[in-house]
Amino acid sequence: MGADRFLVLEHLTRRFGAVTAVDDVSISLAAGEILALLGPSGSGKTTILRLLAGFEAPDTGRVIVGGDDVTGLAPVARRFGMVFQHYALFPHLDVAGNVGFGLEGRGMSEPQKRARIEESLALVDLAGYADRRIGQLSGGQQQRVALARALAPEPRVLLLDEPLSNLDPALRERTRREIRELIHRVGTTTVFVTHEQDEAFDLGDRVAVLRNGRLEQAGTPEELYGQPANAFVAGFVGRSAAVPVQVTGNTERGVRIALFGAEWDIPQREGGAVKPGPAMLHARPEALWLREPGPGVVSGVVRGRRFTGAGAAYQVELDGGSILEVGAAPGAAQPGDRVGIVPSRRASGGLHLFPMDRR
Amino acid sequence: MRVRGAGAGAVALIALLVWLVAYPLLLTLIEGLRSDGAWTLEHVRAFAARPTELQALWGSLWISIASVILAALIGVPLALLFSRYDFPGSRLFGTIVALPAVLPPLVGVIAFLFLYGESGFLAHLVRRVFGLDETPWRFQGASAILLVHAYSMYVYFYLFTRAGLAALDASVYEAAASLGAGRWRTFTRVVVPLLRPHLAGAAMLTFMTSLASFSAPYIFGGGFRVMTTQIVATRLNGDDGLAMVETVSLTIVALIGLWLLRRTDAEEVVGGSKGAAPRPVPVTSPTMRSLLAVISALLAVVLLLPHLTLLLVSFVPLGTWTTEALPPAYSTGNYLTLLRDPVRARPLANSLWMASAATAAALVIAIAAGALTVRRRTRGARAIETLIALPWAVPGTVFAIALAAAFSVDSPATLRLILVGTIWILPLAYLIRNLPITGRAVVAGFRRLDPSLDEAAASLGAGKGRTLRRVTIPLLRPALLAGGTLAFVTAFGDFVTSIMLYTYDTRPVSLEILSSLRQSDVGVAAAYGVVLMLVSATVFALGAERGSGG
Repeated sequence: MGADRFLVLEHLTRRFGAVTAVDDVSISLAAGEILALLGPSGSGKTTILRLLAGFEAPDTGRVIVGGDDVTGLAPVARRFGMVFQHYALFPHLDVAGNVGFGLEGRGMSEPQKRARIEESLALVDLAGYADRRIGQLSGGQQQRVALARALAPEPRVLLLDEPLSNLDPALRERTRREIRELIHRVGTTTVFVTHEQDEAFDLGDRVAVLRNGRLEQAGTPEELYGQPANAFVAGFVGRSAAVPVQVTGNTERGVRIALFGAEWDIPQREGGAVKPGPAMLHARPEALWLREPGPGVVSGVVRGRRFTGAGAAYQVELDGGSILEVGAAPGAAQPGDRVGIVPSRRASGGLHLFPMDRR
Repeated sequence: MRVRGAGAGAVALIALLVWLVAYPLLLTLIEGLRSDGAWTLEHVRAFAARPTELQALWGSLWISIASVILAALIGVPLALLFSRYDFPGSRLFGTIVALPAVLPPLVGVIAFLFLYGESGFLAHLVRRVFGLDETPWRFQGASAILLVHAYSMYVYFYLFTRAGLAALDASVYEAAASLGAGRWRTFTRVVVPLLRPHLAGAAMLTFMTSLASFSAPYIFGGGFRVMTTQIVATRLNGDDGLAMVETVSLTIVALIGLWLLRRTDAEEVVGGSKGAAPRPVPVTSPTMRSLLAVISALLAVVLLLPHLTLLLVSFVPLGTWTTEALPPAYSTGNYLTLLRDPVRARPLANSLWMASAATAAALVIAIAAGALTVRRRTRGARAIETLIALPWAVPGTVFAIALAAAFSVDSPATLRLILVGTIWILPLAYLIRNLPITGRAVVAGFRRLDPSLDEAAASLGAGKGRTLRRVTIPLLRPALLAGGTLAFVTAFGDFVTSIMLYTYDTRPVSLEILSSLRQSDVGVAAAYGVVLMLVSATVFALGAERGSGG
């Protein structure tokens, strides 16, 4: 077994009655890697986490850790640490009681246990909180106690269920960074679930995008953004708008497409060839520019504007009724203006062609 | 829905419950239809042929319906008064109004006897004031029973209505007002419909309690027949077959009543429970404030008279009180007798251990039921819940008869053994009667637990045993305490099942009260009554404190 295949999910499938919550998902993690399971609600990400923890048993497939098949093991025997969405701290125990809970029955002496508890608390920056009651802690502190509790028994794999969803937004970004640093310091292989792209990108070394129980694409944030494998990923990761186009031919570095009376040459990455004929163009705002309308230029009317700080994104209703979002300077246009749209030379990674959706 | 090793546990629990709860009832039904080892309708015909039987059944039914109406007429207005309005003493009187609840049934009945009976305080007073030689009334029959029922059962309507009003969001009233509804329209169109589930719950509880009521008709019934006392009388006459038919008939009435009342609150009203209940409206008119305060104070005195009577009589030495309006002599002798006289102290010790054993066993079964029905989705979950709730729908007398029938035969092949006459029959009877109370409290406690706590414990390497010991039970403590104490109080003061199943060695407090009364030793009877009252009051106070403490 290679170090890059420390945790392996092999063809996992889980059905609930007629619903297939997890549909033949395979993915592997290197030791110490952090994987984000990203998807809309109902995409099966939480079920995958529960399959890993052992709270659910897969209908088919295996979970392998460090070469051991743990698929049939009860949660108790897996040595996976888990941080629950609402933390699930034991309200009747104090902080030390919670953190020390997983150390019982392991032949540790009291002083050893005490030392491990202190160590774990120091790890999450809560040294000196051992005797606090759970009810006395803030949400952020509870979250860190949950993390310390999961890490104290030195789990083989750490699982986090929407770890930041119960924190207020101001705290989230900082906590994300802290958790990421902490996990890398401890070196625990980690899988976490989120429906927020920012969280997945910030915290995960790699991100697995799920839809309807299927793994749509797994990769680094850069790969997902720059080379989405399909229309769903292109739409779900980052912002993009889709318009129908005709692929008319190949060029040196890509393809030529016809849309709304204009022709664009767009780069196409290797293996991503699209046959001539109808296709969907997914365009990110930064991949498009505004210019004067005119013959041979895609034209439309500005319907709305979204201020983004450094610039603005304009929703432009094309003559055919489709809407594209175009990035430009905040004062570049006003709602109601008639504008033209051209592909930007700079952001070539923001235009993606996919076959027409058959559904 | 996977069954993870829970199947065997559920099957074992269902088997135990069927044996304890359903089997005795089934045997009762069978024995009502058998005579000399053959099937027969002989007992049913005997039942139908005797007008007294139908009289008793009809008596039970109309007394119960009348009790519901009376209890509602008293309890609901009181709840509205004390929930909605703020005036001097409203909080204190609002609490006192619930105090009839701390009198166990038999204790309430003897308090009424001392107070309103023919030689009670009121009789003494009236005779003296009007110079009469005889008491101009007899505290007996339907009216006496109804008075006791109304007094002890309006508390259900009072508490349920207050709970319902407390669950109403203040914004409901504000919304009605903003839509132009006046007070009366808001009350009839908004408040009453929203209270309906609570009122139906109170009606159900009152109906079942008065149908099963035994103490009041037993002491005050006179010639008035109800089914519970009829069953006991038939049984004492040795006519077991007829007693079984009577038992079945009472059960059928109970089940029909339950079914009818269930239908009325079939659709639970959802929503409107978030946010805060409206604050009581301060009464501003000074006249009204004083009037309400005075009326409430008088009411409080009337409601507390039984308690005070009991306390007073408990200090009256044997044979010192004959014709005086108030007892002439007082001493703590009765209480000392309870503690020192081994014969007199025995019932207290009996009730104590039997109620404790029954409570402990009920808690164990309730925890098993909670673990099997809530934490895992077992196929038998519904069966377990039904079996645990069943004793609630069946009057205590019925269960006593059923247990007497089931456990007086030594026949291991049919799972029957002789427990009647042993020290085990009463704890067993208390256990079964308390299953609904304990089970409901503990199962509700399980429902409130976050299921991920179990998973957290498992992911930290704790097996089922350690999770139960270290996580589940500590977190269930409030529910266990609530279910356990209520069950203990009920068992400690039980009269209705005890009178059918006790032996001299296992005689409980309630039976000793009865025999003290028969020997005209009212002081000792009252002292036992005070002990029972204090035990219940302590338990209710503990519950109220927990409730307010969150």
